[in-house]
Parts: sequence; C-alpha cells; structure tokens
Amino acid sequence: MHPAPSVIVFTTFSGLGFGLLFWLGLGMPAPTGMTAFVFFVLAYLCAVGGLLASTFHLGHPERFLKAFSQWQTSWLSREGIAAVVTLLIMALYGAGLVFLGAKWSVLGWLGALGSLVTVGTTSMIYAQMKTVPRWRHWSTPGIFVSFSLGGGALMAGQTTIALILLLVAAAFQIASWVIGDNQLANSGTTIETATGLGHIGKVRAFEPPHTGTNYLMKEFIHVVGRKHALKLRIIGAILGFAVPIAFLAVGVTHLTAFLAIASHVAGVLALRWLFFAQAEHVVGLYYGKR
Amino acid sequence: MTQLPTSTDKKLGLVIDLDTCVGCHACVVSCKGWNTENYGAPLSDQNAYSGAASGTFLNRVHSYEVQPPEGQAQLIHFPKSCLHCDDAPCVTVCPTGASYKRQEDGIVLVNESSCIGCGLCAWACPYGARELDAAEGVMKKCTLCVDRIYNENLPEEDRQPACVRTCPAGARHFGDFADPDSNVSILTAERGGMDLMPELGTSPVNKYLPPRPKDTSTDIDILAPYLTPVAEDGQGFIGWLDKALSAFPGGSK
Repeated sequence: MHPAPSVIVFTTFSGLGFGLLFWLGLGMPAPTGMTAFVFFVLAYLCAVGGLLASTFHLGHPERFLKAFSQWQTSWLSREGIAAVVTLLIMALYGAGLVFLGAKWSVLGWLGALGSLVTVGTTSMIYAQMKTVPRWRHWSTPGIFVSFSLGGGALMAGQTTIALILLLVAAAFQIASWVIGDNQLANSGTTIETATGLGHIGKVRAFEPPHTGTNYLMKEFIHVVGRKHALKLRIIGAILGFAVPIAFLAVGVTHLTAFLAIASHVAGVLALRWLFFAQAEHVVGLYYGKR
Repeated sequence: MTQLPTSTDKKLGLVIDLDTCVGCHACVVSCKGWNTENYGAPLSDQNAYSGAASGTFLNRVHSYEVQPPEGQAQLIHFPKSCLHCDDAPCVTVCPTGASYKRQEDGIVLVNESSCIGCGLCAWACPYGARELDAAEGVMKKCTLCVDRIYNENLPEEDRQPACVRTCPAGARHFGDFADPDSNVSILTAERGGMDLMPELGTSPVNKYLPPRPKDTSTDIDILAPYLTPVAEDGQGFIGWLDKALSAFPGGSK
C-alpha cells in the first residue's frame, strides 16, 4: 500500500490525541486551570490536527459532511461520527476543568469511552480489508488501541501505566509482524485464483495492460518498505518502545518525559509508515507484483 | 445508500471468453471513448504525450502466460473491469453513500457529486476495478454503459456496453444472469463460467469462460513434415557450405 504522509500523520497523531483524551477523561490526571488548559490544547492539537491531515488526500474535502451519513455500513463514517462526538464531549469536560475548576466525571468517562471507540473504528477501517490480508487480523485493532493508550499515558504522565502499556503495544506489534508476514500466503489468494487459470498450470504475468503506471499501481504496489523492512522494524521498535521504556524505568523529569514522548512519536511514525508500506494488496497479483 | 440490496430484480453483467479474446484492446479504447464523452466526469490522462503517461481506464487487458505441467505454455489475454459483485465490498465501505448497487438491475455505480475521493472503495475492491480520476478527484468505475443499454435514442443493436459492441472477436457478452435462459446464463452453464478470487466472498456477477483445452494431436498440419529445417543433418550442399564457411577465420564451428 502507498504510505500516504497524510494518513500516517493522521493515524499517529489522532491516535496519540485520543489516547491522551482517554486518560484525561478518566481523571488521570485531573488538573484544573492553566495546567488543564495545556493538557487539553495538546490533546486537541494532536487529535484535530490528525483528523485535518486525513482530509488532505481527499479528492473533494469540501463534501466532508456527507461522510457522516453511512454509519450503518462504513467504518470510515463511524469513525468520523465517533471522533466528532468525543471531541464535543471532551470540550465540555475540559471547559469545566479549565474555567470552572469543576470535574464532571460522568462526562469524562463518556469522553474516555468515546476516545476508545474512535481509535477502535480507525483500526477497523484497515482491519476490515479482505483485500489486504496483512491487516485483516485482530492484531490491527491491537496495535492501534495499545499504541494510542500507551502513547496517551506517556503524554498524560501516567508513568507506571505507560510502562506497562508500551510493553503491551510492543507485544502487539511483534505479534502483527510474526503473523502478518504469512497472512498473504495463508489467505489462499494467488495469481491463480485471481485469474481463475490455475487449473491449467502455473500463471505468470506476461504483459501488463499498459506501458506506464496507473492509479492502482501507485496506490497498492509499494516495494521500498519491504526492501528495508527489518531495519525499519528495529529502528521503529527502539524509538517507539525501547527508548521511552528506558526513560520511564530510570525516572521521569520534565526533560526525560519530553525525550521519551519525542522518541515514541518518531518511532510510531516509522512503524506506521511500515504498516502501510509493507501491506500487500491482492490487486498486485494481477500485475505479478506484491 | 451503502447498504446492499438483499436481492436484485435483474443481474446485468458480462461474460468474458478467455478462449476467444485476442488481446487487441479494442474494448479498452471504446470504453475510454464512450465514457469520456458521456456519463459523469471524463476519464482524464496525465502527461499523455510524455514518457510517463498515465490515465484513468475502466477496463484494462492483462496478458498471462500459463505453463501446464507438460507441454507448451499458453498465452491468455485477460480483460478486467468491474464485476458488479452481489456482495460488493466497495459499496459498504463508502462513507458518503456515493457508491451504490441498484436494486432494479444490480449495476454498481458511483454518484460522483457525493464522492469525496477518499479512495477507500478502491482499497476494498480486490479486482482493481475502481480508479480515482486524478483530474476530477472522484472515483471512476465501469457503469456497464448504463447510458447506452437503456438509451432509446440509440439503434437497438447499440444498446449494449461499448466494450461488447466493439469486440471484433465476440469475446464479450452482455445479458441478465438472473434469467436462466439468457445468452450469458447459457454460456456460463455450458462453458463452466468462473468467478475471480471466489475465496474473497464477493460473489461477482461477471463470469469468465476458461480457455478450451488445447488440441493434443502431434500432427499440427499436413504440411508440417515438409517444413522441417533442411540442414539439420548437415548433408549435401548445405553441409558443405556450413563446413566451408565455418573454416573461415572467425567462423563458428
């Protein structure tokens, strides 16, 4: 899959933002006044900034309101609704903390639930794709939710919880690599089933339909990620998990917390890039490529 | 609406005969021509006169080499367009309701004025049947020439998809799969029409007819024995010429 920068930025930062909102909603921490203001601004910058970035790759972003209409079948529509509802609830909850010093816990819990649902619906956009066997697995929601909650806890200053959740996120990531590497082969979809010619013999793509490239090849066939997959996995895992976990274990100051968060974000960006770049869409089989 | 109809009154679609297709790409050209000038946004090209040309097509012809366990490899031309699946995954993922499958005839269409160009339907389609037009920013796909098949301004023989009408080999057939006596249903039954990627559960309406088995006779032609290479044994004049020329400096032995 083509790793579009807008989608990588969107999933990474909205995941972090909603993760932070989740912990704020649970009252962990429950700051008031200026401190609360800083926390909520940070969370909204990440969540809303991420959502805005996701509109950059649309052909007609001005029609975005229509995208809230098909919640009965579409995970993308559900995600949009969940995100907006959550942001509205948490804006009220945040306003209470910032301006009135009041903690409306029920609103916070609802907002936390909404944050979890939003990240879950984001992950289902990918996990639902039968056409991308690597994604169609429980480890995809596992990665998205654990990254979001772990990164959110890190930003919320919940040291112990962050430590545990980053370990869980790393475990989900490794599981998705180990399982994901065999998903295409295990899916049973091959160039033979794609063409229906397997009963005759071994099929090979002989001549493509055109001399140049096309939308499908640009969108679905990406080989650079796979070429450097192992290196990128190591870099992503070190930056995303090992460095922040080490900082958390050593002890948290403002500086180490900042470094831990910066390293985590860089790592998640690399891992998210790989999440797309490594994923094989079955349409590549028609072109004799993966 | 992105909810699929539980059943459709008709199941309009294509039968594509892989035995007959000669790979001339006439269907590609006629499709591009008709659908650029008619329903919806035109099918744009980018850098059409450069070395890096690309463009939107609703129908593309691949060619595959198939190597049986024994004998000669076969070359099979393989036209591919929207299969108008009964369980179309492209429709249900659409967030705006722009993609839909018609209850009356089963055609899968895009309402371009509602499409936000997110591309998710193209992700969901295993067949590469949908392409986002780079100029218009909306999703394009085969409409089964919905603006031809019901068009009473056209002569009766032209009321079929442009690709079917133009195919010089008769490799493409259009009809109603819900009617067991239709041309396409009979062809599918007689020739073992098959689904592409059946394991993905999309239940395609379009069917592909597999190539017929190759003739197994070794006598391909009554003239064949007379056409064998003359100098294989290196006898006579040709044999002498071969030796003489090989004796020159630089000659091959």
